[in-house]
Amino acid sequence: MTITRREFFRLSGSAVAGTTASLLGFGTLEAVAAEVRPYKLARTTETRNTCPYCSVSCGVIIHTTGDGAKNTKAEIVHVEGDPDHPVNRGSLCPKGAALLDFIHSETRVKEPMYRAPGEAGFKPVSWDFVMDRITRLMKEDRDANFQAVTEDGKTLNAWATTGFLAGCATTNETGWLTYKAVRSLGMVALDNQARI
Amino acid sequence: MVTTQSLTIRNRSASTETPPSIRKDLEVAKLLDVSKCIGCKACQSACMAWNDLRPEVSVNTGVYDNPNDLGPAAWTVMRFSEHEENDRLEWLIRKDGCMHCTDPGCLKACPSPGAIVQYANGIVDFVADKCIGCGYCVKGCPFDVPRISKVDNRAYKCSLCSDRVAVGQSPACAKSCPTGAIVFGSKESMIEHAKGRIEDLKSRGYQNAGLYDPEGVGGTHVMYVLQHADRPELYADLPKDPKISPLVSLWKGALKPLSMVGMGMAVLAGIFHFVSRGPNEVTEEDEENARNLPRRDA
Amino acid sequence: MTNGWNDIKNADVVLVMGGNAAEAHTCGFKWVTEAKANNGAKLIVVDPRFTRTAAVSDLYMPLRPGSDIAFLGGVINYLLSNDKIFHDYVKAYTNAAYVVRADFGFQDGLFTGYDAEKRDYDRSSWEYEFDSEGNVRVDPSLRHPRCVFNLLKAHYARYTPEMVERTCGTPQHLFQQACELIASTASSSRSLTALYALGWTQHSKGSQNIRNIAIIQLLLGNVGVPGGGINALRGHSNVQGITDFGLFSNSVPGYMAMPKTSEPTLEDYLKTRAFKEMLPDQMSYWQNYGKFYVSFLKAMYGRNATPENQFGYDWMPKVDVNLDTLRQFEMMFQGKMNGFICQGFNPLLSVPNRKKLINGLSKLKFLVVMDPLHTETAHFFENHGDINDADPSEIATEVFLLPTNCFAEEEGTFTNSSRVIQWHWKAAEPPGQARTDIQIMADLFLRLKDLYAKEGGAFPDPIMNLSWDYRNPARPSPDELLREINGKALVDLTDPNDPTKPPVKKAGELLDLFGQLRDDGSTASANWIYSGCYSERGNLTMRRDPSDPSGMGIHPNWGYAWPANRRILYNRASADPQGRPWSNRKKVIEWNGSQWVGIDVPDFGATIDPTTRATGPFIMNPEGTARLFTRGMMREGPFPEHYEPFESPVANPFGPVQSNPVARVFNGDMEVFGTSEDYPYVATTYRLVEHFHYWTKHARMNAILQPELFVEISEQLAREKGIAAGDWVEVSSNRARIQAKAVVTKRIRPLICDGKPVHVVGIPIHWGFIGATKKGFGANQLTPYVGDANTETPEYKAFLVNIKRINPMV
Repeated sequence: MTITRREFFRLSGSAVAGTTASLLGFGTLEAVAAEVRPYKLARTTETRNTCPYCSVSCGVIIHTTGDGAKNTKAEIVHVEGDPDHPVNRGSLCPKGAALLDFIHSETRVKEPMYRAPGEAGFKPVSWDFVMDRITRLMKEDRDANFQAVTEDGKTLNAWATTGFLAGCATTNETGWLTYKAVRSLGMVALDNQARI
Repeated sequence: MVTTQSLTIRNRSASTETPPSIRKDLEVAKLLDVSKCIGCKACQSACMAWNDLRPEVSVNTGVYDNPNDLGPAAWTVMRFSEHEENDRLEWLIRKDGCMHCTDPGCLKACPSPGAIVQYANGIVDFVADKCIGCGYCVKGCPFDVPRISKVDNRAYKCSLCSDRVAVGQSPACAKSCPTGAIVFGSKESMIEHAKGRIEDLKSRGYQNAGLYDPEGVGGTHVMYVLQHADRPELYADLPKDPKISPLVSLWKGALKPLSMVGMGMAVLAGIFHFVSRGPNEVTEEDEENARNLPRRDA
Repeated sequence: MTNGWNDIKNADVVLVMGGNAAEAHTCGFKWVTEAKANNGAKLIVVDPRFTRTAAVSDLYMPLRPGSDIAFLGGVINYLLSNDKIFHDYVKAYTNAAYVVRADFGFQDGLFTGYDAEKRDYDRSSWEYEFDSEGNVRVDPSLRHPRCVFNLLKAHYARYTPEMVERTCGTPQHLFQQACELIASTASSSRSLTALYALGWTQHSKGSQNIRNIAIIQLLLGNVGVPGGGINALRGHSNVQGITDFGLFSNSVPGYMAMPKTSEPTLEDYLKTRAFKEMLPDQMSYWQNYGKFYVSFLKAMYGRNATPENQFGYDWMPKVDVNLDTLRQFEMMFQGKMNGFICQGFNPLLSVPNRKKLINGLSKLKFLVVMDPLHTETAHFFENHGDINDADPSEIATEVFLLPTNCFAEEEGTFTNSSRVIQWHWKAAEPPGQARTDIQIMADLFLRLKDLYAKEGGAFPDPIMNLSWDYRNPARPSPDELLREINGKALVDLTDPNDPTKPPVKKAGELLDLFGQLRDDGSTASANWIYSGCYSERGNLTMRRDPSDPSGMGIHPNWGYAWPANRRILYNRASADPQGRPWSNRKKVIEWNGSQWVGIDVPDFGATIDPTTRATGPFIMNPEGTARLFTRGMMREGPFPEHYEPFESPVANPFGPVQSNPVARVFNGDMEVFGTSEDYPYVATTYRLVEHFHYWTKHARMNAILQPELFVEISEQLAREKGIAAGDWVEVSSNRARIQAKAVVTKRIRPLICDGKPVHVVGIPIHWGFIGATKKGFGANQLTPYVGDANTETPEYKAFLVNIKRINPMV
């Protein structure tokens, strides 16, 4: 390859917006070591957790700012694989390695929302409002449609007109409490995502 | 800038001396075993997460490669190639990014003192606050890796997580890799590890399996195990015999005095540009120049 | 999974079929690469698409979506006709030698007892012959023409390599290679692990795909041994746990069933479930059913559950008809459902036929969604053009969206697919006003209880009598709940053999294991299989000791694996009938003369002497053996038979019955099945490694890695239809049409099935109208509304579409 004088100057001319003039004094080496980017987890707090996505259930370590002192609000700044975990041994898939962006997703719900009939969108409301309204609607439906016996007189004690779909990224403890509450109401339209 | 850790330098751009050292540092390397790679992109996530990079959400262009190319905020991408041989389909998936050459073309080409350094452990790192955005590193790289950011007009590429390595950790990509297609350690142990992998591949019928650690750039600190080491070009045009561009040799050789003058002018122009317009604006002419930079020697 | 993730490294052959482990279970797949690298294992991948799992396989072959039973039946035929089975294992540990009733038969695609009108079978003939003492008739010589072994042989004799190629489109030479590799594990010293997921379950006959691999693994002697097993890789992080907790219409925690109206008393309910052994010496572990169920009722109703009121048996609703998700949406569609509560989950994108879903949700009076994210289900009423064609002004449904915490903001346990229960710790507070699901469920329950206390109403008894003894009733802690799950003694438990001894457990103490449960109301446990995870030794799910003393991937002190911290199920089968390991290479437990010892917790009575008592290793079955012939367990028949998907381009090459004769199809859904005249191509849907369902599209990094909906087609089909990579295409089924980018690839090839070319269109599922990715259509807009006959898992893996190039979408 040859290079023309004009091409050379074109290349030189492409250098723009440099903010250092040290080039003009180039020639000698000033240091034997160079700074690298500061290690960003030097004093974060580590918490062991489990990736919520697939059923491999990889171990993750969540790094939060602060040391737990009362006046510091812990912010999650990094998530990395747990090297001790026998299954993932520190590795993560592209989903697990990106958990930080799920935790801080712009589309997370941060307050209770309500959409009235016919409305085009949600509006924020209070917890008291939603829980009062939901339980009232549930009770109305249960009282109207609870079936104590079948047509031929057998004990049924079931409520089938309100359905419940349980999550499967919720904890076992949540699952058990949900089971208890839902069955105490006689709900039988119960399912979870295991099927799908 | 607060310094919490540093690494010993072996080479530094636009500097006449190589520092003498009485120390013997551990030379590190990352080994990418293409035969174990499933193209899951965990390394891409880990790289973005660790280095706080979020390139634009792009579009699908008819292939699995996203982001579509390396970028100032995309320091590593997977390149997917479908290859048929003996009635058998192979999906060759290569993790692309900086090779951390022993003889780095970018560093040789760089006119700004200390903007590119090579540490004694083999990592080649870009020091952003000394970068003048001239694009010479792009020209100097035989692997087409560095990219200039439109945001701050500086060059960026994989640092091999020098911040992690400096405290004794592995690069984020290597740690994340689910299948162990990326391993990290001393260069010596990585060559040893590669031998075992090559033996296994040969036992599975890949007679030309081998290590990619190209001589033309003095060897690299990112190496590949390839099923078809005789044909690296199958892997999304991995260069068979990469060499530093003659342009860079020219810059370092006969034309050097002249080029220094050229650089001086360029830097002065750059400073003027900064003072008058601020650092984050790039003229269309600059853009044009950047686009016209030769990307790789054929 | 019968085995664990780490155990995969012990395999000699890995079969990935009906799944895509590298993409969907990436970090678990690590152990496949370990098996390859350190055990010389060979990886076989059978999939309609050359996936990223196939990218690192030793042997890949395609098959037509929905033809798995033909393929696996072909493998069974190969093993039997080439005598490649582990004889001693098959004879001792399966029902191969059992004699089946004389009136059982199979003809013209149907087993005996079919009722076309009911689309169901009378399954009474699918049974063994019993002698006068109630024991199964057995012919150890395997010569009896009606013994299971010979019936199996006869059934699969039709599944020849020619028929496999004709049905599946799999070239015979590749099928042959797969058979040989699979057969190489028909010995005591080698094992094959089978890894599958939704690729086998999302079919109208999905359960029978699993039955087929079970038959193969039993013939090879690969169940109960290291590197073996039948391994469902499963879906979400806690899909295993939520399944264990029975959050299904007809389930009770611990794989027990809801009572039916035909079982008016507890006694009626228990008598049909505590199976009596069918042969001498067997354990038939379900004989303990009463202990598990009564302890469950005690966990539900506490001190209000008494022997006098049958421990509250009447308070549990009775379930005759399974109200699964598909039926719930059908009810909604018919206007028979008023309220709907989604705890997580995003059914608008995951249940088939979106048009029907929007229609159904619009008929509800109220919809409640609890989620950390804005889900499409919560926003179902919004109009997003063709992607979500709803008119909010016409929709009267009241919608509530309740913000919940995410995993990082709570503590508690998840159970992974290898049954390991692991505690996780809270790292930060949830954002804004978000609350935990536990807090929301407690609030919901307590408000309702309060309303019933004040106002009365329909049958308040189970609500008022539910046990709710938590320190803070409004916020039960996960720690308290896990103790309740494990179970405790309610009174001092004396040793039944010697009541004079000090009590085994004092009142209030946590139980050590489910073996301590009783049916007299003296113990409580919410889920018997979890009993042992939180004993007086502490919360064992918190254990984080990574050591693996045997080096076999057992990791006994990491978390707690149900049942009994056992990591390899059926591990008694790793030893011969005398208790000696079949081989040293695949040793798990052995009889040392006085007890069973080994690297894992024995799946057996610890002191049952195999030299004097012929107890079988499959202790949950009343036979003590594993079933090649499933009796009346499966709705389609005791042996899997190939039927075509409900939408198929070919007539069933195996017989006159085209599709699953007992699958449930609702009125109106049959009419919108498409035919191959209008929709000539076979579509299949799947996940990509860059995304998790409809969840990671909210995460910017994942959006960067895979930003936009695409479909995948072969180079041949692309040429035929004038489609280039990156073009916009429209894919249509008889239910809807979607638009996507085209990926044109060598990884999908036309298959020759029944003499004609069949093109496959691949459709990933991850897009919606909320999140960081580009907006995109959903695969569920196209899919048919029919499920597996046993589980009602929708047929997402095989249906018919057409495709054409269109102008760029705006």
